[in-house]
Amino acid sequence: MTGTADAAVALQLREGYHVNSNTPSDAYFIPLRLTWSPGPVEAVAVLFPKPQMEKLAFSEKPVSIFTGSFEVVTKFKAAAGAPLGQNVVTGKLRYQACNDRMCLPPRTLDLSLPVEVVK
Amino acid sequence: MPRLALAALLALLLWGCSNSSRSSGDLRSTKERKAAPAFTLKDSSGAAVKLADYKGKVVLLNFWATWCGPCQIEIPWFIEFEQKYRDRDFAVLGVSFDDDGWISVRPYMTAHKINYRVMIGSDHLSQLYGGVDALPTSFIIDRSGRIAATHVGLVDKRDYQNEILKLLEDPQAALDGAGAAARLALLVRPDQRPGRP
Repeated sequence: MTGTADAAVALQLREGYHVNSNTPSDAYFIPLRLTWSPGPVEAVAVLFPKPQMEKLAFSEKPVSIFTGSFEVVTKFKAAAGAPLGQNVVTGKLRYQACNDRMCLPPRTLDLSLPVEVVK
Repeated sequence: MPRLALAALLALLLWGCSNSSRSSGDLRSTKERKAAPAFTLKDSSGAAVKLADYKGKVVLLNFWATWCGPCQIEIPWFIEFEQKYRDRDFAVLGVSFDDDGWISVRPYMTAHKINYRVMIGSDHLSQLYGGVDALPTSFIIDRSGRIAATHVGLVDKRDYQNEILKLLEDPQAALDGAGAAARLALLVRPDQRPGRP
């Protein structure tokens, strides 16, 4: 048995809105970020879907974005000596959304994920 | 090795929470205009910028941020307006809502050769202006310090230009402006009034 597991954060955006991808095409744009606090389990990788490259009304070149519904998957590993039983791992999702004409301020959402470490 | 059992899915709805775009399109009538809330902020050189000091001028007050794509489109227009109309009692004032303030804004101003005064905004300022929850948001302020137009979101350059020119050329608005009124008083001295012997 391995000590790893995947968890997906499913995101759904309002129609017409997008968030910058984790690798924005403009250095000034705020990337989508998912981070997890250290605890009994550790995030070993955060996997984003392939971004869409779209030319928007305000952009001269295509921009790297996510729209609609998508998932960000985190690969977790139980820390060595992690205590058995129920626990919670907390994280933060930072995003910044725009539509074709305007942008909303960046937001950070607190996430909390129940985990159980078993023998 | 310990194993993990995860509640595998966290579902989140990232709603755009902004009001829908609102843009007046035309200038409000003089009666409908409300006073632009007063503020004093520091510009990139540390000098105080007091909105009240701009009475007598037409002001384009632009709320923006470096991370805002639509704002990036408008900024070259504002640079052009500032250059073209500054000698006609017009000024652009930029207020950035970047969380890290001058750390992001100063290099951006240099890179984009911004020729008008820029300040850093705050939640308080945003609330004063009705809760600015989307960028860009711009206010066109007449010579009397009243908001003649509000634009939320990217607007056609011609709309801005038309509104600015209308306000600059509006004789009534010019009469209302303190600076303009002072100039008229100088032009029409009592001994030069028509009909006086």
